[in-house]
Amino acid sequence: MSPEMIRLIASATGETLYMVAVSAGIATLLGMPLGIFLATSGKGELFAAPWVNRVLGVVVNATRSTPFIILVVAIIPFTRLIAGTSIGTNAAIVPLTIAAIPFIARLIEGAIREVDQGLIEAARAFGASPLQIVFKVLVPEALPGIVLGLTLAVVSLLGFSAMVGAVGGGGLGDLGIRYGYQRFMPEMMLAVVVVLIVLVQAVQSVGDRLARRLNKRVRQA
Amino acid sequence: MNAPLGYLGDQPLHRLVPAEPIVRLEKISKVFAGRDGSPVTALSEIDLVVPQGSVLGIIGRSGAGKSTLIRLVNGLEKPSSGRVIVDGADVSALPERALRHARRSIGMIFQHFNLLSSRTAAENVALPLEVAGYDKAAIKARVEELLALVGLADKRNRYPSELSGGQKQRVGIARALATNPKVLLSDEATSALDPETTRSILDLLARINAELGLTIILITHEMAVIRSIARDVAVIEGGRIVEQGDVFDVFTRPRHEVTRSFLADETGRALPPYVANRLQPDATPGSQAVIRIGFRGPHATDPVLARLARDLGIEANILAGSVDEIAGRPCGTLVVGVPEQSLATTLDFLKQHGLDTEVLGHVA
Repeated sequence: MSPEMIRLIASATGETLYMVAVSAGIATLLGMPLGIFLATSGKGELFAAPWVNRVLGVVVNATRSTPFIILVVAIIPFTRLIAGTSIGTNAAIVPLTIAAIPFIARLIEGAIREVDQGLIEAARAFGASPLQIVFKVLVPEALPGIVLGLTLAVVSLLGFSAMVGAVGGGGLGDLGIRYGYQRFMPEMMLAVVVVLIVLVQAVQSVGDRLARRLNKRVRQA
Repeated sequence: MNAPLGYLGDQPLHRLVPAEPIVRLEKISKVFAGRDGSPVTALSEIDLVVPQGSVLGIIGRSGAGKSTLIRLVNGLEKPSSGRVIVDGADVSALPERALRHARRSIGMIFQHFNLLSSRTAAENVALPLEVAGYDKAAIKARVEELLALVGLADKRNRYPSELSGGQKQRVGIARALATNPKVLLSDEATSALDPETTRSILDLLARINAELGLTIILITHEMAVIRSIARDVAVIEGGRIVEQGDVFDVFTRPRHEVTRSFLADETGRALPPYVANRLQPDATPGSQAVIRIGFRGPHATDPVLARLARDLGIEANILAGSVDEIAGRPCGTLVVGVPEQSLATTLDFLKQHGLDTEVLGHVA
């Protein structure tokens, strides 16, 4: 493998990590409250607002069911508004974030719904407010599940990021398509795939380890 | 109650000094919307008075409404009609914020403990204090005090998954006591525990009642729990209180069928199979009448069968029985067989001696 190729792979890896990190960060900041709200706004729940819950649920589902590549081109005007441009790595962060928010929201909703209802009852019984219940009971108890969910989201974003080459987003996927496929360089394709595998493995094992450390539900050896 | 004066000695003071009860339920009804939208009545016309410092046991089968009833006291459930007065305030009418404040003086413990798995024993106990806005130093001191009270000072840094069921419930009790409540609600707190652990948790509750003067309301489906800790009992069935009063009276003179069925499991009340299988409703030639004799209080230890034989020449066969203690007072049950022709005389004799009798049937 030529030094030139290694340089290309290194810079593409940097672009991918940058896009994924920024979009995962922003999507977590926005998806977390959305997920918490979805998990607590059903009928008879802490912040009961069944109609808002239903409408948000539909929006979330709609976003999630739009194929990512279509989402990328469909929101170009919005991307331009936010990023000032519709091409490049920064522009690619916008659709990645938009796609990740509902995904993360659903994962967090699921993790929070796993928390034993008895804990909410106990917290209400000792006088906790709904917000205190969220931040002192639900989130801490759901944390292992939330970490696993975010790990899954980051892994998915690594996959999605391969598609933003379509809008000049760069990154590993773009490199693989342009060099590996269009320029018939199978070794480049292979290298890209290997780097992605290593990244996914690394993210997953860090996430797993963190979740395990946070999980006090099972006796630790 | 005709207990001699000597028995007042072990009664709590509240029985002698009438005071405003700490919890009062007035004409409570609770109607839920059922699955198909039709109303389901969970509780109807409940009146209940709980004096300060007392221990009230509420017993009922599952679905009888006891869970709903206990949740009315801390406002986790709202009555459809009626009032719930706790420490002078109408819990059923308080706005949310005031209700949250009021709940600090009503602790609650649960069948499945409901501890946070992500917090250690000490952190779980600290939670209500954090919520109430205590400062760090005050929380630390109070938590140590509470863990010592429940005998878990050495387990302060253990997570619930590292504790036994009994230890978890002790943490639950410490947490419930954190904000110095006046009332402790116990929702089947020992139902998930083995008999020995149940014993130790009930002892702890009794100690807390005696030492802190805390009023305890507990719901259970086990008569054994009521017998060992409660002074007063309410039997609930189909959303109504069918019988209530002093535990000793209710245990020794159950009036309602449901109460009797709960008592059937108690030692000495159940007929041994060899008698039960042969029991007939009517007398036949040569049969014996089977009588259950209830001994209460001072009569529990009277040699009444000896007197029956000596004074009347009637020889009674002992078929089953036990002498026990309920709410600190002796009581006993004896199932005896007597010759049919002596039945009336025997019953008269027993009644004269102040004993409760019940003819159960006849055995050949």
